[in-house]
Amino acid sequence: MSLAIDTAKAAARRPWFPRLGLQAERLVVPALLLAGWEVFARTGYLPPALLPAPSVVVRAWLDWMFAIDESTQSYAGRWASDALASAFRVLSGFAIAGALGVSLGVAIGWWRLAEKTLEPTLQILRPIPPVSWIPLAIIWFGIANRPAIFLVFLATFFPVLMNTIHGVKTVDRNLIRAGAMMGATERQLLHYIVVPAALPSIFAGLRIAIGVAWMVTVTAEMVAVKSGLGYTLWDSYYFLRYDIVLAAMASIGLLGFLSDLLLKTVMGIVLRWQRTTTVQGREA
Amino acid sequence: MSVAAIQMRNVTKVFSDPKRGRELLTIDNISLTVERNDFFCLLGPSGCGKSTLLNIIAGFEKTTSGEVLVEGVRVEKPGSDRGMVFQQPTLMPWLTVWENVAFHLRLKGIRKSERRARAQEYIDLVGLQGFENHHPSELSGGMNQRVGIARALLMNPSVILMDEPFAALDAQTKLEMQEELVSIWERHRCTVVFVTHSVEEALFLGNKIAVMTARPGRIRELLSFDLPRPRDITCLPFNDVKRQVLALIREEASRRIAA
Repeated sequence: MSLAIDTAKAAARRPWFPRLGLQAERLVVPALLLAGWEVFARTGYLPPALLPAPSVVVRAWLDWMFAIDESTQSYAGRWASDALASAFRVLSGFAIAGALGVSLGVAIGWWRLAEKTLEPTLQILRPIPPVSWIPLAIIWFGIANRPAIFLVFLATFFPVLMNTIHGVKTVDRNLIRAGAMMGATERQLLHYIVVPAALPSIFAGLRIAIGVAWMVTVTAEMVAVKSGLGYTLWDSYYFLRYDIVLAAMASIGLLGFLSDLLLKTVMGIVLRWQRTTTVQGREA
Repeated sequence: MSVAAIQMRNVTKVFSDPKRGRELLTIDNISLTVERNDFFCLLGPSGCGKSTLLNIIAGFEKTTSGEVLVEGVRVEKPGSDRGMVFQQPTLMPWLTVWENVAFHLRLKGIRKSERRARAQEYIDLVGLQGFENHHPSELSGGMNQRVGIARALLMNPSVILMDEPFAALDAQTKLEMQEELVSIWERHRCTVVFVTHSVEEALFLGNKIAVMTARPGRIRELLSFDLPRPRDITCLPFNDVKRQVLALIREEASRRIAA
C-alpha cells in the first residue's frame, strides 16, 4: 500500500520536478558556499579588508558595473568595457589557436612526414609556461592587445592540437577504406571523413582551450595593457581592494562559464548524430 | 570483344610479420575468372584468406605477385568501379541514411537535389523508405547493412564485393537479407563476389562457388550451381550439393590434421 502511495506522490510531483527541481539542484552548492563565506566574513575573524563578505563584493561589483556609489573610484562604471576588452583578447587568441591547432593537428595526425618534422619541436615548446614568454611577447609585439592575444594563443594552442591529433589518429580505418572505395581523393577523405570523425575530439580540445584562455587573462593583462578584467584585478590588488579583486575573479569565472556554455551548445548541434549512442544522450 | 568482369592471374599474397621475423603465405597462386553477371561465392573457413583476396580485388591490399584485372583494367588502388559491402556496415555515423547512400555523388560534386533523388531510388530498392533522415545509430544492424548495399549499388560499379555482410545478423534477418539480395541481383543484373564461411549461404546465393582451402588459401574446387531460384534450402538437389561441398571441406580438414 505504501508503494502505491509513493507512486501516486511521484506522479503528482512529476510535472514540475524535472525542470524546476533540476535548476534548483544546480544552485544548492553555490548558495551554501556563499552563505558560509558571508557568515565567516562577518565573524570578524579576518580583517574585512582582507576577506570581504560576498555582499561587499557584490556592492563593489555593481559599482564597477554601473557606477552606483563610486565606491570603486576610478573603476566605477568600467566593467562592461573591461569585460569586452578581455573577451576580445581571449576570443582572438582562442580563434587563432583553434584554426592553427586544428589544421596542424590534422596534418600531424594524417601525414607521417608532418608528424616526424613538426611534432618534436611542438612537444618541446609545449611545457614552456605561457607566462615565461612575456619578455619576448613584449619585444616582439610591443604593448597593447597583441602580446596579450599571443599569450592566450600560446596557452590554448596545445590542448586543441593534442586533441585534434588524437582524434585524427583514432578515426576508424574502415571509414577511410569506404571513402576510398567510393572514389575519394586524399583531400576529400580529409574533408568528408577524417575531420568529421575527429570532431568529438576536436571539440573536447576546444572546450579545454576556452577554459584555459580565460585562465591566462590575468597573466596576459598583467603587463602591457591598461584595461580588462585581469588588469583590473592586478591593479586593484596594489590598492588592497580585495572586494574588486574578488569581483574580477568572479567576472572571469562567469564569462568563462558562459563561453563554455556557448561552445557546448554549438557542440551539441554539430554532434547531434552522437546523441543516441553516448552517455551524454541520456540527458536529452 | 567480351572481357571477364574479374580476372585473377597467379595471385599470391605474403604477409610479413617483422616483429616475429617470419612470413605468412596467405594466398597461394590463385587464378580465377568471374564472368559478368555471376553471383560468385568464395567459400572457406576463417583465416583462409578469402577476405584478403576480396581486399586485393578492392585495391585495399596489394598482391605480392600476380595481378587482378577488373573489366580488363589492372587493379592498382581502390575505386568506385568496385563497390564494397563491408562485414560491419561502415557507414559515416554523422550522415543520415540518404546522405550515406549518396556519398559517392557528393564526392563527385553533384548538387543536393539530384543526390537526394538518386539516393531515393536505391533507398526504395533496398526497402528503407521512411528512414531517409535517420542516422545509422538509430537503425538495426540489418537496416544499416541495407544502407551499405544501397551505397554500393548507387555507384553502378562493374562488380560488387561483399565481405560476409550478413555474418553479424540474426538468423531470421539473415535469411530475409539473402532473399532480397538475390532478388536485387536478378533485377539489377550485376556481378557479385560474395565471401562467406557458410556452405548454406554460398549455395543459396551463388551460381559459382569457389571452395577455398585453409591457409595458405588455394582454390580447392570451383562449382557451377544452377538450381533455379528462389532456392529451397531443404530440397533434394540442394542437399545433394551441400553434402558434396561438406565432404570436400571435411576432407580438407582431415588432410590438414594429418599434415
